[in-house]
Order: sequence, then C-alpha cells, then structure tokens
Amino acid sequence: MTAEQLTKPHEDVIILKPTHGLAALNLRDLWIFRELVLFLAWRDVLVRYKQTVLGATWAVIQPIIQMVVFTLIFSRAAGLSSEGVPYPIFNYTALLPWGLFSKALNDAGRSLVNNRNMITKVYFPRLTIPVASVLAGLVDFSIAFLVYIGIILYYNFAPNSTYTYTVTPALLTLPLFIILALVASLGVSLWFAAANVIYRDVGHILPFLTQIWFFMTPIVYSSSEVSKEWQIIYALNPLTGVVEGFRWSLLGIHSLPLPLLFVSAGVAVVLLITGLIYFRNMERTFADEI
Amino acid sequence: MNDIVIRVENLGKRYRIGASPERYKTLRDTLISGINAPFQKLRSGLSSSHSSAGPNLIWALRDISFDVPRGKVLGIVGRNGAGKSTLLKILSRVTEPTVGSAEIHGRVGSLLEVGTGFHPELTGRENIFLNGAILGMKRLEIGRKFDEIVAFSEVEQFIDTPVKRYSSGMYLRLAFAVAAHLEPEILVVDEVLAVGDAEFQRKCMGKMSDVAQAGRTVLFVSHNMSAVLRLTEETIVLDKGKLAYRAPTPQAVDYYMAAGLTGAGERLWASDEIPAESAPFLPIALRLRDTKGQVVDTLRSTEPISLEIEYRLDLPITGLRVGIYLLTMRGEYVFTSFDLDNPTQFEQMGARQQGHYISRCTIPANTLNEGRYILSVNASTFRVKRYFWDDHALAFTVDATGAPGKQWPEPRMGPIRPALDWVIERL
Repeated sequence: MTAEQLTKPHEDVIILKPTHGLAALNLRDLWIFRELVLFLAWRDVLVRYKQTVLGATWAVIQPIIQMVVFTLIFSRAAGLSSEGVPYPIFNYTALLPWGLFSKALNDAGRSLVNNRNMITKVYFPRLTIPVASVLAGLVDFSIAFLVYIGIILYYNFAPNSTYTYTVTPALLTLPLFIILALVASLGVSLWFAAANVIYRDVGHILPFLTQIWFFMTPIVYSSSEVSKEWQIIYALNPLTGVVEGFRWSLLGIHSLPLPLLFVSAGVAVVLLITGLIYFRNMERTFADEI
Repeated sequence: MNDIVIRVENLGKRYRIGASPERYKTLRDTLISGINAPFQKLRSGLSSSHSSAGPNLIWALRDISFDVPRGKVLGIVGRNGAGKSTLLKILSRVTEPTVGSAEIHGRVGSLLEVGTGFHPELTGRENIFLNGAILGMKRLEIGRKFDEIVAFSEVEQFIDTPVKRYSSGMYLRLAFAVAAHLEPEILVVDEVLAVGDAEFQRKCMGKMSDVAQAGRTVLFVSHNMSAVLRLTEETIVLDKGKLAYRAPTPQAVDYYMAAGLTGAGERLWASDEIPAESAPFLPIALRLRDTKGQVVDTLRSTEPISLEIEYRLDLPITGLRVGIYLLTMRGEYVFTSFDLDNPTQFEQMGARQQGHYISRCTIPANTLNEGRYILSVNASTFRVKRYFWDDHALAFTVDATGAPGKQWPEPRMGPIRPALDWVIERL
C-alpha cells in the first residue's frame, strides 16, 4: 500500500497556532456541529424537570402565576391601562417573549461556566453551548404559547366576558418577532456568557439586571405611557420592539410604531454581531481561564 | 511522499499563575488596573512595558518539535507537570499554543477524560447520544454503533436507568465504550486505562490495539509503563515542559525510569519543583535508611527499611494524610500506605497543626524482591484536595543477598519476596 492510497482525498488539515487580532467568526464550524446544538438543547430541556413531581407542568404554572401576580399588582392596585384588552392578556402577550429572553439571559449567561468540564476536556465550537441554551428556551416558549391560546379562548367564551379576540393579518408577522426575540436573546447572552468566564461578577449581576430590564420593557405597562420624545431612547432596549411587535401581531392593538421597531431591531442585530465577535475573541482563552 | 499526520514545530504554552489560583478575576480588579495602567506606564517608563515573562508566568511547554507518521502509536511519558496534558490539550484543540504551531491531518478524537458531558440525571441511552455528539459523532453514526457500544460497556440491563444510579465502574465502562467507538484518524488517549476492573482494562487495551492496527495514529499518555510498553513502538519523554528524549519505547522507558534518579537514598525538593497548589504543604525530603540509620540507595531485602518524609505545614490542615506509593520500574503498583492508616492514629490526628514534621514508617524485612523500585509521595485530604504529588520521587535498589531461596541463583518472579513458613508433611 502506498502513501497515496492511505491519504484520504477530503482529509481536513488543521493548523494549530496562536491567533492574533480579531478572530474570524467561522460560523461554518457551528453548522458542522449543528447536531450537537440540538443534543445540548435537548439535554437542557430533559434535565430541567427531572426529579420534580410536577415535571413539565412547571412550564405551564410559572407564566400563569406570574401573570396573576402582575394582574393583581399592576392592574388592580396600580390601575395601569391595558389599551382596551383584558389586562391578563395584555400582560401575558408580553410575558411570552420576555420569558424567552430572561431565560436565555440567565441560562445561557451561565452556560459556559456550568459546562466547564466539557470545555476543558474536548474540542467543539464553544458557540454551541450558549446557542443551545437559547434554543432550549423555545420549548418553554411553545408551552407558554399553548397556555396563551387557552387564555384567549377562556376570555372569548367565558359567559360574562366582554372581550372578543380578532385575528388580524398582522398575525402572519409573528415568526419575524420570534426571530427578533431570539436575535436579541442570543446577542445579549453571548456577551454575558463570555464575560462570565473571566468575570464571575456576571453571575451576581444577572438576577437584578433581569429585574431592571423587566421594568425597562413595556410588560406590565404600555409603551404609550412613555412620552413621545423619549420613545427612541426607550427603543434602544431591543425587547421594547419585540414586545410591541408581539402585541401588535397577536392582539392587533394600535398601529405598529415603525421607527421604534427599527431602532430595537437594529440594536438587537448590533448586539448579536458584536456578541459573536466578542465571544470568538474570548474563546481562545476559555479553557485556560474557566 | 511523506505521510506525516502530526507535525509539531517549536510549540510552547505559557500559563499565568496567580498567587492564589482559586480566585477569579473580578470586574473590580480590571477596572482598577485599567485606571492605574496609564499611571503605571508613566512611572515605569517605556522599557519595562514590553517585558512579557513576569514572575507569574510559567512555560508549561516549550520548544517542542516532533512528527508523527500515519499509523504510528506514540507513547508520551513524563512526570506530573512535565507538560503531557498541556500537549494533548493543544493537539486536541482544547487550548491554543502561545508560540509555535502544530499541523494535524484528519479528525482528532480525544479521550482526555472519559464521560465528558455525561449528565447524572440522563439515562445511559441518552448519555450515549449526548456524549457521542460532544465527541464529534453524527447521530446516525452513534445509532449504527449503539448496540456495539452497549455490549462493550456491559450495562445492557441498566441502559434506561439514570447514570446517577450506576456504580462508578459501570459509569466509567459506559463512558469508555462511547469514546472507544469514535473512529477518528488520530486518537489521543490520556490515562483512561486506569478505570474499571482488570477484565475491563484488558478489554480496553484490546480496543486500543485494534485502533492502532487499523492504521490509525494514536498518541498515548500514561503513567503505566507496562501499558506503554505493550501498546507503543516509540515514545517521547517530556521533562519540565521540554522534549527530553525520543526513542523506541523500551529505551525511552528505561531513560524515563532512570532519569534524575541517580539515587542517593534521598530526595530533596527544590522550591521550583514544588507547585504553587501545594501550599500550605511544603515537602522537604524523602529518605530511606538502613538498620544502621544510614541514608542509602541500596537496601537489603532481609532487613527492615526505614522510610521518612520530612515536610512543613505553613497552616494547619484538617484530615491531612501523607503517604507513599511503591512502584516497580515498569510502573506497576506494589502497595500504597498513608501515615494515618492506623485507625487509632487517624482518630487522634484530626487536624495537623502548622509546624515541621517527619512521617516515618518501616517496610518490614522480607517484603521486597530484588530489583529497583520507585516511590511516589502523596499528601492529600481524602476526596477534598491533593496538596502534593510526586509520582517519581525516589528510586532505590533492593539487594536480595540472604533472602529466602537465594541458594538458587535464579531470578524470582514478582515484586515481593516474603519469607513463608513452609511445612513439609510426609503422609
């Protein structure tokens, strides 16, 4: 047998050497390991409700309880307006993308550190870990969405309810807003996940950052409460655009504030791209620093 | 044409070691140093700002160059801290080199530690798929080999049980089984053969030789010299981050076993040989004394050997045990012993106060056969922390003059040579 026969035609040659300057994003690597992303997401989902009595029911209970609490506090006690929609629906519509985002922020933000045994032992694209964490949130999102449909049906058919849900063509744009929510979630998560490897402070910051972010997003109140001249500044929070988009698409209330949406979407995209760059640059030292 | 699958050129890896490795960098530190940096630069001038090798930087690996041809099984040996793991981590892309380069042709499968990514709550079946994916296998590939993996691991009955209910043996067998069925062009193996019972180890060795015979390249790191001798044709010896020797395995193993062990019956640790993690345990010396109290390299099999470990504790340590492993020149363990093995002593010595200590014991007469042996030193708290470990602290020779059976000038098999009371009865 000659050497030529042994050499495989499509053999990959990898050159390992120190990298300098900006790292290439190299998203192809992520594509090659796409199955791993799904496996990791599947693991996160599978493990989350193991050894609980209620199991996946938790994914239903959590958003409902949140909604009930917010309704009691902000609608009954604080008397915030909900633009003609029953407050629970108004609030829950925003909780859908918020749940996706806050879960991503907290899970993906800590994901690298939680998986440090893998990072120090085996090579695989490190991006798979936070990406899988964010995607795992889609499962909870789907369950929460089913609950949403249940709530809508209840308000339509309950005997003393005055609310009727109307489907508008805007509903077709919902996937776009889900994608926008994912883009924003992933962008922010990449920043925090990579920073957390080196600065464990991130783990301490995340809980109250989540809280502050919650109130900076029009979840318990309507964005129309914010005065006109502040709207654009307000839209720098990418979640503002996402939540407004969800409300517009699902409930058909008022018209879509396009400038606000564009600013939010722009910020989300910028966060994702810079997050990717930051992550890839920090990645070199993950195994040594974690 | 040359068919080199791994080409390593002037590879080096530098690590930063802090005063206390447990402490993570915090944002505050960076902010403060960020604020101070311009001032420091002003103060220190331009010249020193370019010095790269500060006191906290160590080269784990330096100036390593070697080639591995296709189909070669190359052994890598070296003491703890010689840079073996760092080398494997670089070659398996876990970490980047600081200088130099390595060229790798083909997929690298690494068994740096089995069971990476195993999740205790998931079942054996689920973990096979997850672990396979982490190691770089496709779902179809894992599905195709699933039955083979399960059969190899011998955990068929428990395949749908969460692995947290597995015994440690079952866990490791399953983990190794997944990794062993990976089919990379280059396999990097580190110490995995230390798992499981003898039967399973034999199976693992068999699997490794299969991989080698299938024409794939294997890099094999182990402390087990007999495994290295059996599996590899050629071996490189690393010492303090440098490539010290490369030769056919038997020669390299001899070189390694004899290296730095000229033997005076005493081993003194210089401060640069003691890793920072050892603190507050500070080893000073390991000595062997004969019956006259002399420190000697050659001891008699028929006389007791007095062994002492001298060390200092800068802080009290609770549950500390200091002890030795005795190994043959082939790296097989003969025995292990700790200074708190005795239960009453263990009760009394809860916490060891700071101070200067000697732990002393006697290896009874008529224990060891003739030959050369190696002592490893270990200072640890059980399942909490290993303060210090030198797996190659001291070598010594045992002379069997006058030992039982010496009237026949034949070598006796085995590392021990007890004097047994034989009775011959005529029936």
